[in-house]
Order: sequence, then C-alpha cells, then structure tokens
Amino acid sequence: MKYSLLSLVRNASSGHQNWQPAWRSPDPKPHYDVIIIGGGGHGLSTAYYLAKVHGITNVAVLEKGYLGSGNIGRNTTIIRSNYLLPGNNPFYEKSLQLWEGLEQDFNFNAMVSQRGVINLYHSDGQRDAFIRRGNAMRMHGVDAEILDQHTLREMLPFLNFDNGRFPIMGGLMQRRGGTVRHDAVAWGYARGADSRGVDIIQHCEVTGIRRDAKGLVTGVDTTKGFIGCNKLGLAAAGNSTTVAKMAGLKLPIDSHVLQAFVSEGLKPWIDNVVTFGVGHFYISQSDKGGLVFGGDIDGYNSYAQRGNLPMVEHVIECGLAMIPSLSRARVLRAWGGIMDMSMDGSPIIDKTPIDNLYLNAGWCYGGFKATPASGWCFAHTIAKDAPHELNSQMRLDRFRTGYVMDETGHGAQANLH
Amino acid sequence: MASLINCPYCGARTTDEFYIKGDATKARPTAIGDDTIDQWHDYVHIRENVRGRIAEYWHHTGGCRQWLVVQRDSVTHEVYGVTAARNWKPGSSPARKTASRKPPVRKAGGKR
Repeated sequence: MKYSLLSLVRNASSGHQNWQPAWRSPDPKPHYDVIIIGGGGHGLSTAYYLAKVHGITNVAVLEKGYLGSGNIGRNTTIIRSNYLLPGNNPFYEKSLQLWEGLEQDFNFNAMVSQRGVINLYHSDGQRDAFIRRGNAMRMHGVDAEILDQHTLREMLPFLNFDNGRFPIMGGLMQRRGGTVRHDAVAWGYARGADSRGVDIIQHCEVTGIRRDAKGLVTGVDTTKGFIGCNKLGLAAAGNSTTVAKMAGLKLPIDSHVLQAFVSEGLKPWIDNVVTFGVGHFYISQSDKGGLVFGGDIDGYNSYAQRGNLPMVEHVIECGLAMIPSLSRARVLRAWGGIMDMSMDGSPIIDKTPIDNLYLNAGWCYGGFKATPASGWCFAHTIAKDAPHELNSQMRLDRFRTGYVMDETGHGAQANLH
Repeated sequence: MASLINCPYCGARTTDEFYIKGDATKARPTAIGDDTIDQWHDYVHIRENVRGRIAEYWHHTGGCRQWLVVQRDSVTHEVYGVTAARNWKPGSSPARKTASRKPPVRKAGGKR
C-alpha cells in the first residue's frame, strides 16, 4: 500500500485497525541470486537499489537481530557532504542528493531536515584548514560557506565565544546538511525493498560461508539453515572482520565502540547541527526536543555495544566548553555502537579476491550519512560486477598499494580516525 | 572495561591514565625490500580484530610512561593480565597464555 493522505484518512476512518505490516517476515528460500549479510541501513539500501535500479529482486537480506538494532538506530542522525578528498567528496555528495529525494522515492517519512551543519573553528590555522575544505567542496559543486564570528553570534548566541583557551572565531557551514530520523531510514528502505520482492529475514545469524572447489561462494550457513546464492555481499559494519573471516578474508579494520547521548526534551533551542572544532563534539536537537550529541570513539577495540565512563566525562566536558548552559540539561540516555574503523578512516566498497563476494565495510563513525550512496554504489558493484565511478577509489587493495584516503592524515591507527 | 588497570610498575591505576595503541600480536617484519611489501602491509594494516581474548599495547601516559601489554576480552571487557611490553613477544597468540598468569612484577625504582 502506498502511504498518502488518502490512506491516512481511510485508516483513520476505520480506527487505525487495518494498517498492514510495512514488510513481510518470510522464511528463507533455498537459493537467491544475491544475499546481503547485514540488515542495517547499508544492507537494506543495497537491497532496495538492487531491486529498484538494477531489477534484481531475487534477493535476501540476512539480519542477526531485528531491523534497526545496529548502528542505523545508534547514531546521531547527521547528514552532510563536507569532505575534502576527491575520492570521498563526490560519493558523499551523491549521498546527500539521494537524501534530498529519499522520502518521495521510497514513500516513507524519514523526517529529512536540512537544518545546516556548522563546524566551529578556534584559531587562524583551523580557519585556514576549514577554508581549504570549503573551497574543495565548492570545487566539487557542493555548497559551503564561511561564517564569521559576528554572524555566528546572531545565529548561535548560546555558544561560549570568549572561551579563554578555545575562543570561537567562526565556522564552516554546509546549509544542505542536517539530520534524518534514523529508524525511519531502515524502515523505509526495508519496506521499499520488500515491496519489490526482496526477502528480509530477521533473527537469522550467518554462521559460515560455504565455498566450492574453485573458491567461489555457494551460500551461507545460518541459524535458519543453509541458504544458497550466486553472489554474496557483506555489509556487517562492526562485525565485518568476523564475517569476512568466514570466507578466509582478513581486513584492515578494527572494531571500536562509539557512544551517543540524548538529553531530556527541551524547548526549541539549537536550530542547526553544531560541531566543536576542538574536542570532536557534535550536537543537534531532535524534533522531540532532546539534545542529541556525541564525541570520539572510546579508543579501544570492543564488540560490546556499550561505552565507558571516562569518554562520557570527556564528551560532556567538550559540550560544556562549547555551550556552558548545557550544564542545566540532564542526560536521559546513552548508548554505544560498534564501528568498523578502517586503517585510513575511509570506507571500502569493492569486489574482493573471491569473484562472487563483495565487501561494504570500514565506515568508521561516518556510516549513517552514507547510507543511500553506500547502498546505491554497492548495488551497482554487485549488479555490474564492477565498482561505480563514485566508489572506484574505495578499494580494498588501496592499503597495500599505498593509495589510501586519509582525510585527517593520521596514518594506520584506527582509533585516531 | 575495568576501572583499574594493574600497572606492573605503578600498581592499580585508573584506565584514563592510559593511551591504548592497539593490537600487540603482530611481529614487526625485520627485512626491507620490494619482496617484503606483503609482510609490511600485513603488519601495518591487517588486523585479526578478534571477538574475544585480545592483547593490546597500552601506554601509561599519565603515570610511568612505560609501554604495557594488556590482555583482555573485547566482548566482556574483562582484563586478564598486564605485562611489561619489554617482556612481551609479539607474534605469540594471546590465547596461549592462561587467564591465571600473573604479570611479572618489577621492583619500583627499576629501569625507567
């Protein structure tokens, strides 16, 4: 059923008793053309674009938990395309363009809100770096503007401009950036894929990947039995290395925990997404009024979807340095997600040394904004058996060849990206 | 993660005194040359990223500034033991060490 004003009126008149589930819960078929491991945002969007753009509908998405239980429901919902490097920027801009038309495309209200993303700077050097980034963005046709302190004081009067150690001098703004309701992204893609024939199989954990004598993947062992496939795509986020190992593949990825926080509901206060240029702190206000914020990863390898107190303290200290009045708000909830931190801070969407195995991994903590383009490019890579131009530099072998995409220049140290 | 880490030099100290470098299981290649690229690629980039028992380099930046190897579980965050990095042989599997193994104790005032 297409959601519309008419469908709303019709269901309202029958007391909202007749809404149908947004997707089926089918038993797995014995064989699929394509299996995607991982029913997160990227896996679901891959299935959606495989069906919609490439007409490949005999597809299964295998999810070990329930939809929305992983990072798609654990992020701070920010979308933007303010990247510096040529291999990254056009990809993220494609993603932002897909976000802009997403709700009409998949007929689901994802509450895409282009409220603008502002990165604050605190020194002449940081201003120069941001101007360079802004110029790189504009060279790629992406909107970017530098705001001076006077403008910022009018827009964001609650910031601590005169912080003795880190005065706020201005900011780099991307007006087309913003936030999206993250759960609805999973649900919208799931519904869109399901209605085109994709089987979304929840509570189905992959326990092994079977390969034939030539090394090609023949299917996967799961908690619901063996399922055969012609092509297998991995989109398992924090568990990428675990799943890849089942096919004998080792990855340049460490798994780390990233925490996020939400405050009690407050009256409208922070209109944009604002990031602190010093301590990697970012904050926005949800439509319910809660302040949604986060900071760095905890910094140690972890598969536990929970963080530790030293990073909680660090994030809140950063927040208070930026917005002193935050001290009056109470934190309602905190949670953790497992990030697949790659060795150069950029993702991998590529073929693998195994001919019918495809990899989508290494999203660090920037995966949410990439959800549409990641699925779009991964679907292309699987369907055409070759990367799209947009993900042509997101290669698995770039680490060995030296063509890494290191936005921050930190080197092969996963917890610094 | 345990709140306290038993530094072999300083005793029990809070975890936020330490910087965590990461994987301590890879041995640094000894040779240099075009035919060693795969070894170096494996050493610099490829990670086992074990779900379970791991060994990591920790730096006691807020204390004695010694490098340590902490063995712990990446799922439960349980810490099994702490060793001075100088007594650690990378390339040895952390699974082979038993949980009850005590870290070697160095006398205070030793080489720093």
